[in-house]
Amino acid sequence: MFWPSSAQASTFMPVQASKIAMHVDSLYEFLLWASLISCVLVIGGFILFSIKYKRKSESDRTPYISHNNLLEFLWSFIPFVVFMVVFAWGFFVYREMRTMPQDGLEILVEGQKWNWTFYYKSGKISAGELWVPENTPIKLVMTSKDVIHSFYLPAFRNKQDVVPGRYTALTFNAEKKGDYQVFCTEYCGDQHSAMLAKLHVVTREEFDRWLANDPYKGLSLTEIGQKVYGSRCAMCHSQSDVKMVGPGWKGLYGSSRTFVSGDPVAKVDENYIRESILNPNAKVVVGFGPASAMPTFAGQLSEQEIMAIIELIKGLK
Amino acid sequence: MGTAIVDKNKNYLNEKSGLWSWLTTLDHKRIGIMYMIAVMFFFLLGGIFAMLIRAELFKVGPTLFTSPQYNQVMTLHGAIMVFMVIIPGIPAFLGNFFLPIQLGAKDVAFPRINLLSWYCLIVGAAVVFWSLLHHGVDTGWTFYTPYSISTSNGTTWVVAGAFIIGFSSILTGLNFIATVHKLRAPGMNFWRMPLFVWALYSTAILQVLATPVLGITLLLLVAERVMGIGIFDAKLGGDPVLFQHFFWFYSHPAVYIMILPAMGVVSELIATFSRKTIFGYKAIALSSVGIAAVSFFVWGHHMFVSGQSEVAGIIFSFLTMLVGVPTAIKVFNWVATIYKGSVRFDTPMLYALGFLFLFTIGGVTGIILATIATDVHFHDTYFVVAHFHYVMVGGTLMAIMGGIYYWIPKMFGRMYNEYWARITFVLIFVGFNVTFFPQFVLGALGMPRRYFDYLPVYEPLNRISSVGAWTIGVGFLIGLFVIIQAIFKGEKAPENPWGGKTLEWQTASPPPHENFHNQPVVTAGPYEYR
Ligand code: HEC
Ligand SMILES: [Cu+2]
Ligand SMILES: [Cu+2]
Repeated sequence: MFWPSSAQASTFMPVQASKIAMHVDSLYEFLLWASLISCVLVIGGFILFSIKYKRKSESDRTPYISHNNLLEFLWSFIPFVVFMVVFAWGFFVYREMRTMPQDGLEILVEGQKWNWTFYYKSGKISAGELWVPENTPIKLVMTSKDVIHSFYLPAFRNKQDVVPGRYTALTFNAEKKGDYQVFCTEYCGDQHSAMLAKLHVVTREEFDRWLANDPYKGLSLTEIGQKVYGSRCAMCHSQSDVKMVGPGWKGLYGSSRTFVSGDPVAKVDENYIRESILNPNAKVVVGFGPASAMPTFAGQLSEQEIMAIIELIKGLK
Repeated sequence: MGTAIVDKNKNYLNEKSGLWSWLTTLDHKRIGIMYMIAVMFFFLLGGIFAMLIRAELFKVGPTLFTSPQYNQVMTLHGAIMVFMVIIPGIPAFLGNFFLPIQLGAKDVAFPRINLLSWYCLIVGAAVVFWSLLHHGVDTGWTFYTPYSISTSNGTTWVVAGAFIIGFSSILTGLNFIATVHKLRAPGMNFWRMPLFVWALYSTAILQVLATPVLGITLLLLVAERVMGIGIFDAKLGGDPVLFQHFFWFYSHPAVYIMILPAMGVVSELIATFSRKTIFGYKAIALSSVGIAAVSFFVWGHHMFVSGQSEVAGIIFSFLTMLVGVPTAIKVFNWVATIYKGSVRFDTPMLYALGFLFLFTIGGVTGIILATIATDVHFHDTYFVVAHFHYVMVGGTLMAIMGGIYYWIPKMFGRMYNEYWARITFVLIFVGFNVTFFPQFVLGALGMPRRYFDYLPVYEPLNRISSVGAWTIGVGFLIGLFVIIQAIFKGEKAPENPWGGKTLEWQTASPPPHENFHNQPVVTAGPYEYR
């Protein structure tokens, strides 16, 4: 299920995973009531009038009422006061939302087409899965490698654009353990709607264990390859010969490739795959040019992961 | 009346004939009709794309398209509807036809420029469609950098097309300002101008002041793509968010370029069909000007989470609240006009009431989005999609439809079929709410916009929405036939079928080439139903 069972989603809003989400919802609820009352007044008003004053005969005459200054004042001033109230209320909640913690846990977030990478200070790198301890102020420092993305946590009522060439920040404090959805909410092309991630809120102990843990312990190289593939490559490459954003991988190893640049035909071997991962624009395959849509994974994948991917591709005959 | 001998059978339609006489005409009425044909054609295209979008989103997973195809369809729907339908829809079509007549003028101030502006729209549109031959365009109608710098070559063409279309808008605005200032009939002072003219006048100011900013921005974008000058591209040291500032500096006022003329139409409809003096004439007229002025200072409300400074966000939230006030004034004045009126429910009035209904919902949800803390959650979700469709379609398109039915007797001298026209209204109105109301809920539940595919929890509401969209589609198709039938086969219309008081109802249907057989002299306000 999308919404975790640990917290209840209402019919009209996602689960509330933090105090700020609650504050946003109270303001939203006030806005909804105010909206409903205004709609009933206006819509009810004109429906009532137009039925009551339906034309009886073509010789009907109507009174000459040109204006009324008191009414004009009231129906400008009362909405103005309401608008100022919601503005001020919004301001206070927003300030709370945007006040960065002094001593929180900082995590670096990098967006790129079309996945999220999370860098922890311990050196741990995680793709598509953000693990945080509960009841701890978290500060995400975010940037993008290519185009603008946006990091959206519906359960926390919070989002922030992730912009190339600068850092933006987002903070939250999860009060309830559980798994929460992350969306990309700034259109970023082809697989925008697949640029998802999961936020796992766990206890401090579980978090520390996860941080220290080697996720690949006991796995074969191909199994590791499958894991990396799932979180990093699956939105662009299939393991069959189906062409997606990039070429399918079936039968890739050992085949001959021709390039947009007119470079000599090359046979796919370990070095070719390695170069494709670390420097995709060096050799762009015909049919996918002129520039490669593939981002570089230099610095994001460990040597072990690169070898695992190579092993995986080798096995796809 | 005057004594001049006139041929009552001659009018602007039959005075000359042949395609060439239309393509080279300087008559504002004929140019208005040419805009009508162009805009209806673009609307049909944009509408087909809308139907395809809803078909794709009917169920989870790929349905009709691959994601790159979907992104192109979504972009074309937005770009066509905004730049070629909603923006020129009322001013260039209905405004061109009726602004001079309502002022008692023979034509606009610069008839040749008027024709030129039509050709700008057509050439611009052709350039936009040309892009389809160059891998299309998949940026969304907002062309955000740096995505728009790196994506397919079609983008350059679409951006160039939008640039050319911008000139159409600027020239029309210029023409209207000059016409209002210089060509009013004797006795027609500013406080006797119909509210439709006031609305077009405020719009024209926006068109002239804001559109050049879009032009410059689009030129910079083309320069960025073609020459890599590095203003917006972070790789070259540029700032991608700067583009958003430039873009919304135009595109927020453009929102009012789209809605102010609609408000003008609705003022006319409500006064005529309530047969009552409009309530708060000056308040409605000046609130148009007020909206136009404030609208230049609120663009940052599109950028609350873009990385602009928090202080800027808060100021923009405050200023946006201020636009709500003149908007509320208008709505209340319309309702007060109906009070003690003598209301007839002909199709144009149904559309005016439909406008009031939908626009009110669009307006209050606008306040929810202007509130900065709630916007952080709703920004770039379907809540925003629902909101602006309530305002643009529920508002502007309803007003265009109402205006067309209202003025068909004048423009073509023929009546439409009331029965079928009402059926189309019901289909469009009901279909509209079924389509877009669920999208508010989808957005509140967190479904982002511009998504080719979505999580399974969102499926039921998306299905309802798609069914609603097809209902609207059927409604508009029947509506198209009703209009065509009226133009060619409708019953002969009298000069003043609705009992309107503004000047266009004091001349023949259809009007003669020079609009009036005798120069009208104005001695009273536009809505004197005493
Ligand atoms: C954003 C989409 C995208 C992602 C994500 C992506 N690729 Fe690619 N990839 C491409 C495209 C497009 C090409 C073809 C152009 C080129 O040769 O660079 C390509 C080419 C390749 C090639 C060369 C294939 C050939 O036919 O010669 C390899 C190997 C490869 N990618 C591996 C990977 C691996 C491993 C990952 C995950 C770590 C990955 N890619 C992630 C888009 C992507
Ligand atoms: Cu995205
Ligand atoms: Cu705006």
